[in-house]
Amino acid sequence: MNRLLLRNTDSFEPSGGWHPNAGMPSPAAMDRARTARVGLRLLLAVVSSLFLLFLIAFIIRSQVPDWQPLTEPLAPLAQTNALWLNSAALIGASIALQWARVAARRGNAQATLAGFTLGGLLAIAFLLGQLWVWRLFAAWGYFVASNPANSFFYLLTGLHGLHLLGGLVAWGRTLGKFLRHVPLARLASSVELCAIYWHYLLGLWLLLFALLTSTPQTYEAIAAFCGLR
Amino acid sequence: MAYAEQVETEALHEPKSFLTRYIWSQDHKVIAIQYALTAIFVGLIALVLSGLMRMQLGFPGSIGFMDAGAYYQAMTMHGMIMVIYLLTALFLGGFGNYLIPLMVGSRDMVFPYVNMLSYWFYLLSVVILLASFFAPGGPTGAGWTLYPPQSITQGTPGTEWGIVLMLVSLAVFIIAATMGGLNYVTTVLQARTHGMTLMRMPLSVWGIFMASILALLAFPALFVSAVMMLFDKLLGTSFFMPAIISLGQSLEHQGGSPILFQHLFWFFGHPEVYIVALPAFGLVSDLISTHARKNIFGYRMMVWAIVAIGVLSFVVWAHHMYVSGMNPYFGFFFATTTLIIAVPTALKVYNWVLTLWQGDIHLTVPMLFALAFILTFLVGGLTGLFLGNVIVDIPLSDTYFVVAHFHMVMGVAPILVVFGAIYHWYPKITGRMMNERLGKLHFWITFLGTYAIYFPMHYLGFLGMPRRYYAYEDYAFIPQSAQDLNAFITVAALTVGVTQLLFLFNLFWSAFNGKPAGGNPWQATSLEWQTPQTPPMHGNWGAKLPVVHRWAYDYSVPGIEQDFVPQTVSAEELQHMRQRDRATTPKDQRP
Repeated sequence: MNRLLLRNTDSFEPSGGWHPNAGMPSPAAMDRARTARVGLRLLLAVVSSLFLLFLIAFIIRSQVPDWQPLTEPLAPLAQTNALWLNSAALIGASIALQWARVAARRGNAQATLAGFTLGGLLAIAFLLGQLWVWRLFAAWGYFVASNPANSFFYLLTGLHGLHLLGGLVAWGRTLGKFLRHVPLARLASSVELCAIYWHYLLGLWLLLFALLTSTPQTYEAIAAFCGLR
Repeated sequence: MAYAEQVETEALHEPKSFLTRYIWSQDHKVIAIQYALTAIFVGLIALVLSGLMRMQLGFPGSIGFMDAGAYYQAMTMHGMIMVIYLLTALFLGGFGNYLIPLMVGSRDMVFPYVNMLSYWFYLLSVVILLASFFAPGGPTGAGWTLYPPQSITQGTPGTEWGIVLMLVSLAVFIIAATMGGLNYVTTVLQARTHGMTLMRMPLSVWGIFMASILALLAFPALFVSAVMMLFDKLLGTSFFMPAIISLGQSLEHQGGSPILFQHLFWFFGHPEVYIVALPAFGLVSDLISTHARKNIFGYRMMVWAIVAIGVLSFVVWAHHMYVSGMNPYFGFFFATTTLIIAVPTALKVYNWVLTLWQGDIHLTVPMLFALAFILTFLVGGLTGLFLGNVIVDIPLSDTYFVVAHFHMVMGVAPILVVFGAIYHWYPKITGRMMNERLGKLHFWITFLGTYAIYFPMHYLGFLGMPRRYYAYEDYAFIPQSAQDLNAFITVAALTVGVTQLLFLFNLFWSAFNGKPAGGNPWQATSLEWQTPQTPPMHGNWGAKLPVVHRWAYDYSVPGIEQDFVPQTVSAEELQHMRQRDRATTPKDQRP
């Protein structure tokens, strides 16, 4: 960010055009790719702010006595196998997209397409897995309003899923362009943006996973550390 | 005029049909006008609501349908519309959209499609909000702060539909504001033209830039509270709802924390004050400098003050919550941060005054509004020092003193800037001047009228008159004289309200019948006044982007006759002007 803020505008070309030419990336297209990356990073800052506030609310609410932990022996998160499986899918998705990103940089269209497709499909698998966990919760009688811990579980996993779903819309549009044989040079930027977004959502998910499956003692320690107790 | 060496190689795709040019437009200037007109439209609704409330307060019972419920609904909608749907939308969506690309020398926002979506989401949020007027039970009457548990508990107006529509509308608005904010910030960071360094940007851009960052980081707090409250309302969760007995029945909720909502709300709510104030600070700095023909005093200080205020605005929120029963040490902390944020703010006021000092002040309509802003902001800011201190705040809390304070500081003051800025940039937007005589009439009635409204309210606050009451009869501690004052305030408020029709008339009439303005009627230096056409065409700059050689405040530069040097003038050209003017100026008049 620092480099970005201090950049001397005298050193770049006044491109300003909006419609790229097919084929090689022009300086204008590279400029646009950089602009899109900056835009995405800003968006991720906004999403971070959103989830940070949710997590603070989570910690504060967890300190009220009516909180029934989801990690108790007879609660649905006593066993986290299902969530680990979903996490594996999301980690796989992130790796696949990173692979696509590197392949795109090297100009290998086929590998890019393969990695990109796999990344999206694994993300869809993750979402289906999360829905399955929701069904498990419901089957155990853990509904959204029965306890604040459940409410937060549905709320946070749901919002994370919605963000991934938004990413999948961008993924679907880019995939459509791949299938219409748009040259790789024009898609490399989209692949890169998807990869960055996927990595971010993986990191966010791991944080949520860790927090949602922690014990009340951990919440208490965090609350005490933040001065919320 | 100097231009970049390189010729624009890529064709601009002009919108061809009426629909793509004016309705589904991706041009930042059209989107800005769409934003502004929509905001002014909802603002007028909020103005009418305030008139209705004042009628009830000044002349109780004079309006047939105004019972306690209707009063609370009017109050809630008035506050929410004015703060969010008028001021935020107008400053960021209106002025931000119009001015950022023109002032930094860009052809458009960097994400024009997202920019268009931003407007349509905003319009959708307005439609959802206004729909609550027609929903069963009417709009919510929870007060603009929407505090639970009362906002979603039986007995408050609009707990069935109104509150749901309000929360959904806010969520949609936040999505719109985020899409807009991403555009504004990225455009400033990435699309500045040759030579437009950050420290050469006009303060308008700095103000809007910082406010956009605040909006991006603070609106999520409102989003979080809206989503959690919707869960409480619709799904029966207990995020904010404690165990409660309502109308004799115990509700299903338990354990929720209403104070948590207050913290989340004000974590958004206080930065929101600066989301409105920072663009006003920026715009007014440019108005003052241009119309006083003087460089802005302490430009760097002004920039850093904007940044400092932006950062500090995130650590003062709980000064809105001194009476919520929080830990007294919190009160001490937040009172201290509140006093600290007054330092960069006061610095800005000093710098505006020092810019005026010995300036060549032109009392044009925009300048009148700018001067009125300084006064009003000073008055509102000083009462803020009272309220920022716990010990003074507690007796004054929830009285008309508070109403007077926040209306002065974040109602009247920013609106004065809005008016000044519209009068100032209108010639660039339409190519015609607004009528000056009507403008001055509008100014004097609005300026003096608002003081007639809000000065007496401070006194009513000292008397202990509580805010948010629908009627003040039969309270022993409120003297009869307070009622007379209330009637006076109502007359003043209605006068000011009706006067805004003058402004609206001027706004639309001048678009067709105003005096042709030319490209740079105020002889200003910043880039937007140097466009090849007025109003600027699609793409703003014709074939080549402008090149910037200097900051935006070279007014009354010694040694040349013309009292302003546009940002596009290079050092060589300036030297040339100097030599030319030296040749024509008699020796004894040379500097």
